[in-house]
Amino acid sequence: MSADKAKIARQFIELIPHAKALGMKIVSIGDGLAEIIMPYDERFIGDPKTRVIHGGAVSALMDTCGGAAVMCHPDAPAGTATIDLRIDYMRAATPGQAITARAEVYHITRSVAFVRATACDDDTDRPVATATGAFTVEGR
Amino acid sequence: MARKTPEPVQIVKQRRDAALDALVSGVPYITFMGISFDRRGDELTGVLSYDEKLIGNPMLPAIHGGVTAAFLEVTAVISLSWSYIWEDFESGALDVEAMAAGNLPRLPKTIDFTVDYLRSGLPRDAYARATITRAGRRYASVQAEAWQDNKDRPFAQATAHFLMPRPDVSND
Repeated sequence: MSADKAKIARQFIELIPHAKALGMKIVSIGDGLAEIIMPYDERFIGDPKTRVIHGGAVSALMDTCGGAAVMCHPDAPAGTATIDLRIDYMRAATPGQAITARAEVYHITRSVAFVRATACDDDTDRPVATATGAFTVEGR
Repeated sequence: MARKTPEPVQIVKQRRDAALDALVSGVPYITFMGISFDRRGDELTGVLSYDEKLIGNPMLPAIHGGVTAAFLEVTAVISLSWSYIWEDFESGALDVEAMAAGNLPRLPKTIDFTVDYLRSGLPRDAYARATITRAGRRYASVQAEAWQDNKDRPFAQATAHFLMPRPDVSND
């Protein structure tokens, strides 16, 4: 049952035009947990002097990953939309390295899913950014 | 006491447009997203030109929440940098030609960023403006709002904090 849900969520995420444009790939998905990787790409540079990826691309990754976590949660019947998202940028991502976001639904009600997410580059001990968000639970 | 003759209009416009263009076109991600800026005096409006790659939900269809966040963040950073360098390029302390050649001032760094999604972004152009609520020497607070058809009905708003660049000091 849950494996089907993960499959549907995976298919949906992989069809999102903007996720494709940013080169996002699902690493793992299921039971309210999702992990998505975004490769380094010079087109996403936000600071030409340091060649660090723009915060906006990290936001898009966090948002997609949060949505994916909600969609694959056993208590979420269908789609979701972001209500709010707060991102804390802890440090600059190292240029040349992919960024992996990991999101988890830590609480879900009939109408709202509460999500936490972390983004890391190769140095997984020091996150690049963390996020918290509220997402809608649709279709029930 | 002789009053200084105002500069010819073309000179003023050319300098300001060149400074803005250098600031915006220096950032690859802004080009990738298809974001541009309209300028009226020192007031900037971000313009997100619609493209299929900005879609987040193909079923509705709606603009990706991450795109909306990114658009607001770009508008906030550019508006903040713009106001930060305005005096310097107006006075000539900052050379616009050197800027255009790639010698750009350091950009503020985002500390945190919070977006409220008010309604879904429709598959069409979007606009955004930022207000600098506090511009300190080290920290700045900025609010931004994005709309499509009707400015009084924004589809998203954001609050952000930035670490300001310190002249000749790496603030990593």
